[in-house]
Amino acid sequence: MAKGIEILTNREYKYGFVTPIETETIPKGLSEETIRLISKKKDEPEWMLEFRLKAYRQWLKMKEPRWGNFEYPKIDFQDITYYAAPKQKPKRNSLDEVDPELLKTFEKLGIPLSEQRMLANVAVDAVFDSVSVATTFKEKLKKIGVIFTPISEAIREYPDLVRKYLGSVVPVNDNFYAALNSAVFSDGSFVYVPKGVRCPMELSTYFRINTQESGQFERTLIIAEEGAYVAYNEGCTAPQFDTNQLHAAVVELIALDDAEIKYSTVQNWYAGDENGVGGIYNFVTKRGACRGKNSKISWTQVESGSAITWKYPSVILQGDNSIGEFYSVALTNNRQVADTGTKMIHIGKNTKSTIISKGIAAGYSNNSYRGLVKILPKAENARNYTQCDSMLIGDKCKANTFPYIEVMNNTAKVEHEATTSRISEEQLFYLQQRGLKQEDAVSLIINGFCKEVFRELPMEYAVEAQKLLGLKLEGSVG
Amino acid sequence: MLLEVRDLHAGIEGKEILKGLNLQINKGEVHAIMGPNGSGKSTLAKVIAGHPNYEVLKGEIIYKGKNLLEMEPDERAREGIFMAFQYPVEIPGVSNSQFLRLAYNEKMKHLGCEELDPIEFNDLLKEKAKLVQMDADFLKRSVNEGFSGGEKKRNEILQMAVLEPRLAILDETDSGLDIDALRIVADGVNKLRTSENAIILVTHYQRLLNYIEPDFVHVLADGRIVKSGDKKLALELEEKGYDWVKAAA
Repeated sequence: MAKGIEILTNREYKYGFVTPIETETIPKGLSEETIRLISKKKDEPEWMLEFRLKAYRQWLKMKEPRWGNFEYPKIDFQDITYYAAPKQKPKRNSLDEVDPELLKTFEKLGIPLSEQRMLANVAVDAVFDSVSVATTFKEKLKKIGVIFTPISEAIREYPDLVRKYLGSVVPVNDNFYAALNSAVFSDGSFVYVPKGVRCPMELSTYFRINTQESGQFERTLIIAEEGAYVAYNEGCTAPQFDTNQLHAAVVELIALDDAEIKYSTVQNWYAGDENGVGGIYNFVTKRGACRGKNSKISWTQVESGSAITWKYPSVILQGDNSIGEFYSVALTNNRQVADTGTKMIHIGKNTKSTIISKGIAAGYSNNSYRGLVKILPKAENARNYTQCDSMLIGDKCKANTFPYIEVMNNTAKVEHEATTSRISEEQLFYLQQRGLKQEDAVSLIINGFCKEVFRELPMEYAVEAQKLLGLKLEGSVG
Repeated sequence: MLLEVRDLHAGIEGKEILKGLNLQINKGEVHAIMGPNGSGKSTLAKVIAGHPNYEVLKGEIIYKGKNLLEMEPDERAREGIFMAFQYPVEIPGVSNSQFLRLAYNEKMKHLGCEELDPIEFNDLLKEKAKLVQMDADFLKRSVNEGFSGGEKKRNEILQMAVLEPRLAILDETDSGLDIDALRIVADGVNKLRTSENAIILVTHYQRLLNYIEPDFVHVLADGRIVKSGDKKLALELEEKGYDWVKAAA
C-alpha cells in the first residue's frame, strides 16, 4: 500500500536568534499614562497624543473579536510591553551612528544597511522592536520629492500630511486591534509620492521583533498623489521564543487620481514549534483607498510565518474606474493558523477587482480564506473575479473558504471559483521518476500552484518566497 | 548485463500480479513485452521504476550490478532508469522547460558534471525538441497541462531525449496514438537507440513494433513470461492471438 503523505517536521527557523543589545523598555501594562509616555518618548505634538488617547478610550469600550475560524487564549493586555527600543543616541545623522550590533542583525537577516553594501535599487527602512533604526536612500529620494521616513519622524516633520491622512482609511475605532494600534503604535514607515512622480526605486521596510515581552504595533501610511506610482515591500521575522507575541499593525494606503500603489509582503514571523508553542499572533488591519479615478491598489502577500495570521488587506474602490487586486499565498504547517483574505468594496462606477488566493495547509494546520466582495448601489458595471484554491498536504490539516458576496447593483458581474486539491502520489512519483528528490518535487508542485501570485512579486521577493515555501515544507512529506 | 529480474513476485494492495518473472537485458538491446490485459505488463514497468504503491513480495532485480529494490525511485532515475508513462501526469504552473532543467541538473549533479544555467539548457532543449517535432511553445507550457494524448506521449519521449537514460521503459506509449503521432514517437525513440542503452517496450499491439524493431519479444501471461522469441513472434501473436501462447504454455 502507499506510503502515504505524512507530516513530519519542518526545518529549523533560521531567523530565530536574539540580538544581544541593551534595550530601553517601559513597564508592562496599558493605561493613559503608558500612552502619554510613548508619545513623550517620541517627542510628539499634542494632536498626536490626542489621536492616541481618543483611540485608547474607544478601545476600552471594545471587545476582543472572536469570530475567526480558530481559538486562541485570552491575551492579557496588561502583560505586554508597549515600547521597547535599542538604546542609542537620540538623533542619528548617518548610518555610522547606528549601533553596529543592529547593523549586524539586519545584515544577518539579509538586509545590509551600510552604504557600501546596500541593496542597489531598493530603499530600506529597518524597524527594530518599536523604532526605526535606519532608512537608506532617504536623501536621494527627497530630491525628487518622495518622502520615505519612519512615521515617528514624519509626525514631527510633515505634520500636515500625516494629520490629513492618518486614520482616514482605518478609523481609530475600526476594530479592536486597529484601535489598540492607534493608541500605542510606535513606529513604521511613511511614504509620500508627489503628483506625477514615479518612484524610481522600490521602497521596503523590514520589521524585526527582538524583545520577548514586547508587542510590535507598527503603523504604515502611504500616499500616492495624482498620477504617482510606488512599489512598496515589507518583510518580517522574529526570534524564537516559547511565549506568544502580539503583532498588531495598521497599514493605510491612499491613491488619488491615476495613482498606483503596489504593496507586497513576505511574512515569516516565528511560527511556534511543531506543537504550537510560541509564535507570533499576527493580527493586522491593512486597507487601501482608491480615492481618485483610475487609481489602482494591488496587495500581494506571502504569509508563511506566525502562529496565527489574521488579516484582510482590502481596497475601497471609491474613484470611478479604479482597480483593486489581492494576490495571496498562505502556507500553514504544524499547528499554524491562517484566517486571511480580503475585502473589495466597490463604490465608484466601472470599478474592477481581482482576488487570487492560494492556501496551502500541511501538518495539523488550519488555513481559511475569508473574503468579502461588496458592490454598492452606485457602483455601475462593477466587476469582480475571485479564485480561491486550496491545497492540502496530508490528512490532518484543514482548509476552508468563506466567501461573502453582497451585490446591490444589478449591472455588476461577480465571478467566484474555488478548488481544493491534494498533491497526488502520481504527481510525486512522476517527478521522482525524473530524478527529483521528494522534497524538491513537493516544492516544485507548490511553486507551480502559487505561480499566479509569485509573478506579482518583485523579482528578489519571488525568489525568496519560493525558497521559503520549500524550506517550510521540508520533510513534511514522507 | 544491464538488468536482471529474478523470480519476481509483486503486486498491489495485497494482490499478487507478477508470479515469478525472469528477464535479462543487455545494453544495446530492445525488448518488447507483450501480453493480454491484466497480464502484469504495466506492473513490471512500475516495479522497475519504483512506484510506491507496488509491493515486491519475492525475488530480486539487479541493475548495473546493484540491488535496484533498495533504491528510492528518484535514485533509480538518476542512475539512468526512465519510464515513459502510460498516463503522463499534469503539473499545473510548472513549465516544461523549468521541470526538465531541474531533472537534467539533478542528474548532472549525480554524475558529478556541471549543471546548466537556463540559457544553456534552453539551447539543449530546443535541439532535443526537434527530435519529436515539438515547437518551442510547448516548452513554456505547464507540464502536460492541456496537452492532447499525442502531445503528452511526445513530451515523454522529449524527456527521455533530455535525460538520456541507460534503461528506458516505454509503458504502452503507443496507446491512444494516431498513426502520425505514432510515427513521430517511434522516430524519436529510434534516434535515441544506441549500443549503450536498452529499451523495454511494453505494448499490447504489434503495431508499434513495425516502427521500433525489437531484438526480443516476450509474452507475458498471468504474471510470468510464457514465451520469448524474436520479432517474428510478435507477428505470430498478431495473427493467432494471445490464447494461442497461453494454450501452448
